[in-house]
Amino acid sequence: MIENKKFNTSYNYAFIDETTKKEIRRKLLKAVCIPGYQVPYSSPEMPIARGWGTGGLHVTLAIIGQSDVLKMIDQGSDASVNACNLRDFVHMTTDCATTFDTREATIIQTRHRITEEKLSDKQIMVFQVPQPEPLRRVERYEYKTRQMHAESDYAKMWLTLYEAYVKWGDVMQGAGYPVMVNGRYIMSPSPIPRWDVPNLNNSECLYLFGAGREKRLYAVPPHTKVEPLEFEDVKFHVEDFSNVKCESTGYNVAYMDEMYQDDGVTKKFYVNDSNFLDKLIEKEEVVQHSNKYIKKIKDALQ
Amino acid sequence: MAYVSVKGGADAIANAKELVEFYRLRKRTQPLEIKQIQSQFRLAIDKVMGEGSLYAPEYAALALKQMEGDVLESAFVLRAYRATLQRRYYSDIISTREMFILRKISSSFREIPGGQVLGPTRDYTQRLIDSTKYNESPEEIDQFLKEFDGKIDREKLVDVNTYNKVIDLLKAEGLLMPAEKSYDKTVKDVTLEAIKFPAPRSVTLQMLARAESGGLMALAYSSMRGFGDGHGTIGELRYGAVKVRITDTKGRKRYIGSINVTECEMITKINTTKESKIPYFAIGYGLVFGQNETKAICMSILERGIRSGKKENPSNNQEFVLYHTEGVEAMGFTNHLKLPHYVTFQSGLNNVRESVKRNQEETEDKMKVYKELAKQQQQ
Repeated sequence: MIENKKFNTSYNYAFIDETTKKEIRRKLLKAVCIPGYQVPYSSPEMPIARGWGTGGLHVTLAIIGQSDVLKMIDQGSDASVNACNLRDFVHMTTDCATTFDTREATIIQTRHRITEEKLSDKQIMVFQVPQPEPLRRVERYEYKTRQMHAESDYAKMWLTLYEAYVKWGDVMQGAGYPVMVNGRYIMSPSPIPRWDVPNLNNSECLYLFGAGREKRLYAVPPHTKVEPLEFEDVKFHVEDFSNVKCESTGYNVAYMDEMYQDDGVTKKFYVNDSNFLDKLIEKEEVVQHSNKYIKKIKDALQ
Repeated sequence: MAYVSVKGGADAIANAKELVEFYRLRKRTQPLEIKQIQSQFRLAIDKVMGEGSLYAPEYAALALKQMEGDVLESAFVLRAYRATLQRRYYSDIISTREMFILRKISSSFREIPGGQVLGPTRDYTQRLIDSTKYNESPEEIDQFLKEFDGKIDREKLVDVNTYNKVIDLLKAEGLLMPAEKSYDKTVKDVTLEAIKFPAPRSVTLQMLARAESGGLMALAYSSMRGFGDGHGTIGELRYGAVKVRITDTKGRKRYIGSINVTECEMITKINTTKESKIPYFAIGYGLVFGQNETKAICMSILERGIRSGKKENPSNNQEFVLYHTEGVEAMGFTNHLKLPHYVTFQSGLNNVRESVKRNQEETEDKMKVYKELAKQQQQ
């Protein structure tokens, strides 16, 4: 626990006061009840800067208990500096166990990735969300986007996707590809790559999203239909790594990091998910998420 | 793998933390005392308390020391601390009419009730760098204080009292616009719930009072300079101490202390309202912790604009102003750009490469131009 020397009192368990934790849990329940709907919440200031995972922390700290095992990743890596800092903070205020092993974790807080390893119904994944509003790039005012969601008025969004196709021959959205949740709300999956988007669909685990700065919570409950926005004739597709291979493992059915070497010309590829990569190297048994896109790539390999 | 190197993150953080502490202390100078910061950096403290949304001069001084004088970072520390404190009471409405005046001026009238009181201000001093401050000694400070004390007429001190406000003059004459009928008087607490738009005036006032001083100034200046409704006239700007009271559980009023605030009432001309065709004056209101006159003035300009200005001006748009002047949030999000984004970037890269492949011919032309340029640069 952090000691406050002047008044000699310590901060509450899991840092946030119980009243606010209760509020966050209630809002999370609402979010689970209305998949994809953004629930406004108080979002108190944290000793971590806005935009650095405060929303994720609110969720994690509100749901964590002493028996939980926490995994904290950033860009797929357990060792990323900000992940280390956030992991330390949660550990310091809750004394929870921490792990790098995806299978061991009960709560996984993440920034910009879903683990390659399949998650179970005993696990919760918490996303740090910079911009919860998928419609923000087509409508700048919150006042109006709330109305658009209420009325399922998504014409502007569809039009933008279509215009991108006309201009560039593809829907150029990279990370944070908009999805339709439960056939009702368009939702931002947070800036995860397209590779991860299909893994939101019909999952075993619970996905919770916290956007601290914008003060919104939302959720994708287990076994919920999540579809990337696509047209009948122009389909969503994941990133293509068919022509490259992981330098350490030779594997390529995973999201890859591209690393330029010091000569500035040659580049090497590595599996991005650090724990998944470790397990591949150690030749441990690991069950990957399965979805139709991954299946197609695997079929093509055989 | 640069700063996401395998398993090295925790060590790197610990080292960086130690190094920044080294930078704070490396010159082995006398440690700053909290009391020194509190008394000699009065205006920085006021800014930190205002943006940090917690009236606690001692904590603000501590934060300033910890953050090597970065006002916004200090405000952030104060806010984070504030969020851990339980809110036990809401104070009764403070009355600036009973303010113990330290300074009050009006630019609307030559004379105002109680007169113009300049008080502590550098407004009419030349901003020349003062070399005598370079080697200031405790003896000189003593000397100054002794001389200053000698000039005070103790018998006159009792005369200092509370004063009526300038806007009362306009009110009495019926020139001040009454509150709009559509005026939303709901009182929200922006620290306890997310705001929705259009938000009531209480939200505007709270958020502007917590906003970043420079951010408010940029928008208020844009409003005065041409992207707004021209400039108003300061009805009254006052700085002083006001009493804070709470009502306890038994319904008794309790005085819990006093805080220093700056209040600005900006008079603007409003020609007509929807409800009436008679021209009126209207007031824009600003109230901030401590002495931060620029912020109070800017707040009053923006508050008026949000209530009745033309919506096409950014400074008159409630959502635009309130979201983007929130300094602690803006700073955090700006700095988050320093976090690694290579997963996100890879996804975009993948798209762009595919698009380039689809337009092979055009790409080859472009590459030719680049190569040509590179050749010319070499020669």
